Amino acid sequence: MPGESSNNRRSAAKVVAGAISNVAETVYAYFAFACRVVPACFTRPFYRSDCIQQMDTIGVGSILIVLLTGLFTGMVLALQSAVEMERFGATVYIGRLVAASTIRELGPVITGLMVTGRAGAGMAAALGAMRVTEQSAALRTMGVDPVRKLVVPRLLAAMLMLPILTIIADLVAIFGGLVIAMTKLDLTARMYMSSVYDTMAETGFIFRVFPIDLVQGLAKPFVFGGLMAFTSCFYGLRTRGGTEGVGRATTNAVVTTSVLILASDYFITQILIIVFAL
Amino acid sequence: MVELRDVWLSFGGPAVLRGIDLSVAPKEILCILGGSGVGKSTILRLILRLLFPDRGRVLIRGEDITSVSRRVVLRVREQMGMVFQGSALFDSMDVFGNVSFPLYEHTDLGDDEIRARVAEVLSFVDLPSEKVLPLLPSQLSGGMRKRVAIARAIVHEPAILLFDEPTSGLDPITTRTIDDLILKLKRDLGVCAIVVTHDVRSTLRIATESVLLWQGKVIFSGTPGAMRASRDKYVREFLSYLGEPGEPLPPEGGV
Repeated sequence: MPGESSNNRRSAAKVVAGAISNVAETVYAYFAFACRVVPACFTRPFYRSDCIQQMDTIGVGSILIVLLTGLFTGMVLALQSAVEMERFGATVYIGRLVAASTIRELGPVITGLMVTGRAGAGMAAALGAMRVTEQSAALRTMGVDPVRKLVVPRLLAAMLMLPILTIIADLVAIFGGLVIAMTKLDLTARMYMSSVYDTMAETGFIFRVFPIDLVQGLAKPFVFGGLMAFTSCFYGLRTRGGTEGVGRATTNAVVTTSVLILASDYFITQILIIVFAL
Repeated sequence: MVELRDVWLSFGGPAVLRGIDLSVAPKEILCILGGSGVGKSTILRLILRLLFPDRGRVLIRGEDITSVSRRVVLRVREQMGMVFQGSALFDSMDVFGNVSFPLYEHTDLGDDEIRARVAEVLSFVDLPSEKVLPLLPSQLSGGMRKRVAIARAIVHEPAILLFDEPTSGLDPITTRTIDDLILKLKRDLGVCAIVVTHDVRSTLRIATESVLLWQGKVIFSGTPGAMRASRDKYVREFLSYLGEPGEPLPPEGGV
């Protein structure tokens, strides 16, 4: 019936308008939150012990998953590439392929995603629980700014620890590739490692010491760490609606951070290509 | 000490508070009564400036906190202690961490002095400090959590104490213990307290002044005795709904 279809159109328009308004409100709140967090990173008081505790939780606590994902990523990368490279008799370059793709791309992204799943989800859930049980309000009543006490230590810790975790993931992935190269492709460790070194030497060094590849690879996790902690704290401190709200905040934090990591990876890569004129 | 003048507040829809006027003098216990959702806890949040009123003034010791800087608000909050409905103890800290938190944040006291002060306030709220200090909030009973929350609220010697439903969810004996503790705080420490509650019995025992909220307005203000004697329809209705049928209401308290 014509009346019914016009009603349906109106209610659909309302739903769409509501969704757009929600997204706009969230984006506005996200940037407003940034305006509070960024100045707090550079002004007193600093909560040094909270920062160290968070470095332990994010960094030390994530080592095992980073080791495992790094190892298997390097192994599977070598294994898949070997099939194609064997056809051209180019298996000697397997170290080059594993090193280049791991250090530039896979190491930072996989570490970012794994740590988001573990530490980012934990942050959103912990802050969400603090919010719904009024612990964050209790902090404010005691004259303590939750942004300084809860957000800044997590943000700084994540920005410091993610590059370190990425280096570990890179090293383990290269080791995983070595295992496959030696056991399946009959390469020697020396051949594999010289191939790895060649990749880094080819793109050059900064101050003759730091491989450009590695520097690029470490710029990314620095940003990813900041995005993860910031987004997780943002959703955590916005939690409403009891335990169900905590679950929702955690899901939103992980999904949004994962998308932001992948999207920002593209833009950072683009910027680095321009900067280093690769 | 604390004064609200013509305070209005809404959260986007109809006004939750519609022209609230109330005041608390030093060494007084003001109980704010009312059904669920009438804006009782909102008043405490306004006093702490966790919320801003749409209109009106909130005066703490004569200073309107709705128009002062964040720095001043932090200073004003240091003069207050708040006990939340669910206690709001920090899950990740033990009892010592919770009670000592305001001292580490706002004083230059050394570890030994802080330990001594924490033991002192825990003994004030009748908790054996050597036993409870290492316990986490999850290891405490409801009444103990409430007492730890009170200890945390008074550890920095505030002049104003705010209680949000301090006896909600507690058994009658523990409720009485908490009531006695509030009276002891007023008597021994000379604080002024604002207690948000829907517990008529507690109000009649501890309040020196009481107000009853209905639909965002104060419909009664006076002593518990005056409340008991009120002929106002809503006051009578409130007292009859929330008093235990068949049990005599306790005599007016206010030590």
